[in-house]
Amino acid sequence: MTRVALAGLFGRKLRTALTAIAIVLGVAMVSGTFVLTDSINKAFNSIFTDVRKGSDIVITGKAATSTNNGSTAPTVPASLLAQVRGLSSVQEAEGGVDGEAHLIGSDGKAIVFGGAPNLGFSISNGASRFNPLTLVDGAWPKGDQVVIDKSTASKKHFKVGDEIGVQSEGPVEKFRISGLVKFGTVSTIGGATLAGFDVPTAQRLFDKPDQYDEIAIGTKPGVSSNEALQQVRAILPPDAQARTGAQQAKKDAQDTNSFISFLRTFLLAFGGVALFVGSFVIANSLSITIAQRTRELATLRTLGASRRQVLRSIILESLVVGTLASVVGLFLGLLLAKGLFKLFDAVGFTLPNSGLVFATRTVIVALLVGILVTVLASLRPAFRATRVEPIAAVREGATLPEGRFARYRTLGSLMVTLFGFAALIYGLFGKGLGTAGVLIWMGVGALAIFIGVSLLSTRIIGPATEALGPPIRWLLTAAWIVFLITPIGWIYIAYYRIRYGVFPTFVDRSASAELAEDNARRNPQRTASTAAALMIGLALVTFVAVLASGITSSFRGAVHQIWHNADYAITAQNNFEPIPVAAANAVRTVPGVEAVGNVRTGDAKAFGHSFFATAVNPAGATMFNLDWKVGSKATLATLGDDGAFVDDGYAKKHHLVGGSPFRMTFSNGKTKVFHIRGIFKPPAGGSPFGSVTVSQATWDKFNQNPLNLYSFVRMRGGETDANFAKLDAKLKSFPNAKVATREKFIDNQIAPLNNILNVLYVLLALSVIVSLFGIVNTLVLTVFERTREIGMLRAIGMTQRQVRRMIRHESVITALIGGVLGIVLGVVLGGLLVYRVDFIKFSLPVTSLIVFAIAAIVVGILAAIFPARRAARLNVLQALQYE
Amino acid sequence: MSANGNGAVVLATDLTRRYGEGDAAVDALQGVSLAVEPGELVAVMGPSGSGKSTLMHLLAALDKPTTGTVEIAGQDVGSLNDREVTLLRRQHIGFVFQFFNLLPMLNAEENVKLPLSIAGEKPDPEFFSELMHRVGLTDRRTHRPAELSGGQQQRVAIARALVSKPSVVFADEPTGNLDSQTGGDILALLKASAAELNQTMVMVTHDAHAAEIADRVLFLADGRIVEELPRSDANAILAAMARTGS
Repeated sequence: MTRVALAGLFGRKLRTALTAIAIVLGVAMVSGTFVLTDSINKAFNSIFTDVRKGSDIVITGKAATSTNNGSTAPTVPASLLAQVRGLSSVQEAEGGVDGEAHLIGSDGKAIVFGGAPNLGFSISNGASRFNPLTLVDGAWPKGDQVVIDKSTASKKHFKVGDEIGVQSEGPVEKFRISGLVKFGTVSTIGGATLAGFDVPTAQRLFDKPDQYDEIAIGTKPGVSSNEALQQVRAILPPDAQARTGAQQAKKDAQDTNSFISFLRTFLLAFGGVALFVGSFVIANSLSITIAQRTRELATLRTLGASRRQVLRSIILESLVVGTLASVVGLFLGLLLAKGLFKLFDAVGFTLPNSGLVFATRTVIVALLVGILVTVLASLRPAFRATRVEPIAAVREGATLPEGRFARYRTLGSLMVTLFGFAALIYGLFGKGLGTAGVLIWMGVGALAIFIGVSLLSTRIIGPATEALGPPIRWLLTAAWIVFLITPIGWIYIAYYRIRYGVFPTFVDRSASAELAEDNARRNPQRTASTAAALMIGLALVTFVAVLASGITSSFRGAVHQIWHNADYAITAQNNFEPIPVAAANAVRTVPGVEAVGNVRTGDAKAFGHSFFATAVNPAGATMFNLDWKVGSKATLATLGDDGAFVDDGYAKKHHLVGGSPFRMTFSNGKTKVFHIRGIFKPPAGGSPFGSVTVSQATWDKFNQNPLNLYSFVRMRGGETDANFAKLDAKLKSFPNAKVATREKFIDNQIAPLNNILNVLYVLLALSVIVSLFGIVNTLVLTVFERTREIGMLRAIGMTQRQVRRMIRHESVITALIGGVLGIVLGVVLGGLLVYRVDFIKFSLPVTSLIVFAIAAIVVGILAAIFPARRAARLNVLQALQYE
Repeated sequence: MSANGNGAVVLATDLTRRYGEGDAAVDALQGVSLAVEPGELVAVMGPSGSGKSTLMHLLAALDKPTTGTVEIAGQDVGSLNDREVTLLRRQHIGFVFQFFNLLPMLNAEENVKLPLSIAGEKPDPEFFSELMHRVGLTDRRTHRPAELSGGQQQRVAIARALVSKPSVVFADEPTGNLDSQTGGDILALLKASAAELNQTMVMVTHDAHAAEIADRVLFLADGRIVEELPRSDANAILAAMARTGS
């Protein structure tokens, strides 16, 4: 029976290959994800390890808050360095400062590669063991010199000796490039720009006079790190800490590690979707194949094969297919990882790359997952195959007997669907579920809904085909006519005339289309199963589109509601980074400016949690239209020394009311008690303010280098070109800041969302491609099945073109049924999520939905190309005699 | 390979087979009994609707009777579970189908050996090459069914039916899909095999020439055996067919 199984597979190479592709793509995604994240991990690890390679011990400031944006940890005094050097266990030590340093390109704009950081730091001694950089050209910097990374220099056409602008805390300063550096072994550090200065220059630039951000220590040989740590810790100020180099590298890596984990899970989810769709395709293909092999299976039973032997034979087939497909997918994953790197780069999210990592774990997981999914998907058809009775060997046109549970099909699928919705709703609205719990219940629910709906959809195939058939006919005819009118169409007409001697017809008789519709209805279960694969992909795509549309329209609505009495907004070039306040301060001096309202932001801690707090100045009081529960617009101007206002969610969570005392710790470790003067309700799309807002004056007292998230400007004359030009000119010396009108501001903030959306679409496209192959598979199999029938049609006068049209029409109907089901399901699922989540409104992205429907039709047309040609090319005589 | 106490390889007692229920019920067989002795070649003939195919399906344990019993090699088929029937098929029953029913992806040799490989056995090499020689396919043993003519395919099927040395071979219209010349060759082969291997055979046919090779010819009409002839020539058989409405 083994030989029967294997010979069967290789005798039907085409069918086997088409089935296998369903799994290949899903496994490729899984394998590619692991390769990608392992490679990024390795790159980051080598970066962080390299940085600390030369250091035995590192002293840093102890950050009171744990988020890493805006404010940073406190510094240590420069005098500490001399003390450290005096310790008996210390051989050498160096202090360094770092901060953000934006390099200005020759176009006057800050050099930014996506969201990658712009790192600036001091280099006290280029040749020291603590310096992880390699000089590839020129010399280390002194005075008003800078070294930049080779990658940025090449990309932006800078060389040693050129002048380059650098902006950190203050306005832009000009430096001369003394040398180009490379960082260790990594070729790109993911778009980060590097700028190195000598220590005094760096301290001035980053506004840390006589201070260090860290001190790197090399211990004397023979001294244990414990001994050295003890000595060092004894002389540390209270807000500083010491770690070994290795520990420090680990700490530095922590944030990126959690990011990589998140990325891995995120991408694996898409691999999972592709595999899920693939399992539908496998189950469907196998069902069709087994139905066609009924006589063969029955013959085997008459020869004495037991049911179990039949079962094992079919499972062996799927095991082999699964293994082959998984191996191919595994290696395809390497290509995919490369593609993913490029994809993320294209949307401005460059990831560091130091070579692809192909771990053993990747091989094992990819193979296991692929094989498991294939075998599981084939269980149901395999069990059905065992129900073939030997007597089917003598009967012509014997059909596969129904499964044991066929009677319960409708009821069962209804129950599965309802269970799915119940699980989904529980996941969304259930109390006390952690994030993981929510996602798991939602995932299980979605899975069940997909399975249930695809089983139920058998019932609607008949009416759906009748409803969709004629519109598709007209649509395709119209599209064909339009095509023939275009220049490409003329070329085709010419080619056709030359080849066949007649002109191609514009409109076919409807016979092909009617036959196609009959075929789709003939075996509704098969049509439904095929359509289901596409349904899943399109449901998810629609779901994502509904969410995105909801988020953007909410945000737009929120800005329109809140933004008041202001004409322009000033933000960072990348729209989300907080920028130094110098830019906003400078803008105040522009003639015509009536008011500049700032929203400061940075780390703070309260009730044991770190979060982003904000601060506002009185000038901004008139610019924000908030929905006040306690307090009023005037609150913004009268916060004073100890006033704060919070959003109503935060107030509810921590039982705050007007007048409540509120203790907040700033990033420098100092604490202050505030009093609640206002509580507001943010609209669905959010507000410029964080959970807690205090006055700017107070904030600046506790933050050494305050940063603005936004600044809003009101000018005499309002929004005019002249006013815009004035602001733009002023900001030339702050290349990292830019000015925007209200609508442009909205567009800028939404743009990254569109980028994410495109990434999601590309990732989901994988599943759509899998389902496309599913449709091709089904069509090829049914063409085999209908060989005699097609031969008969040709014999009575159907042209090849009409045969092709018939197959294509059937394909488009199947695809569109899947598409419509998917779109409806996606809207429902999206709607449920939107209902649950406060900050998104429901907004139907009608244009996108139409595009998706058209995409489904295109999938149908593409899937039909190969099977239609096969059907049309059947030799009529042979076809008529086909057994 | 051995028969039961009273000798019959296949023993049918009062077989009836009813399809459907109530008004739409069809009685394909209405009480058929017969015994096939070892080494006998029995032909079953009748017009369409006479129940001859139904009878063979019941005798060959492909179908279950509504009432009555079938014994093959001494075992009451109706009392066996699926596993036991499967064993019965491996050891005691061979089939030759009208449409050959070869597996298209196996070559001739593999198709012939199939019943044994399913049972996990290998044929005795001498017996096997002798068998292939007997059916005249030694040169074509590595060819796939698609590369063989109808007659050659049926030879493969016959070899397959004989390879496990079953107690009885059932042939369902073995020449139904072949031209008369080729059909004649196949019949000669069947006859020779039955004689030389002492192989018991039951053949359903509507072809008088095919029935010529039989030791006994049974005629069915309306679900009953209405006539029986000993070994006869085609003319006598045709006459009997006319009498019984074939």
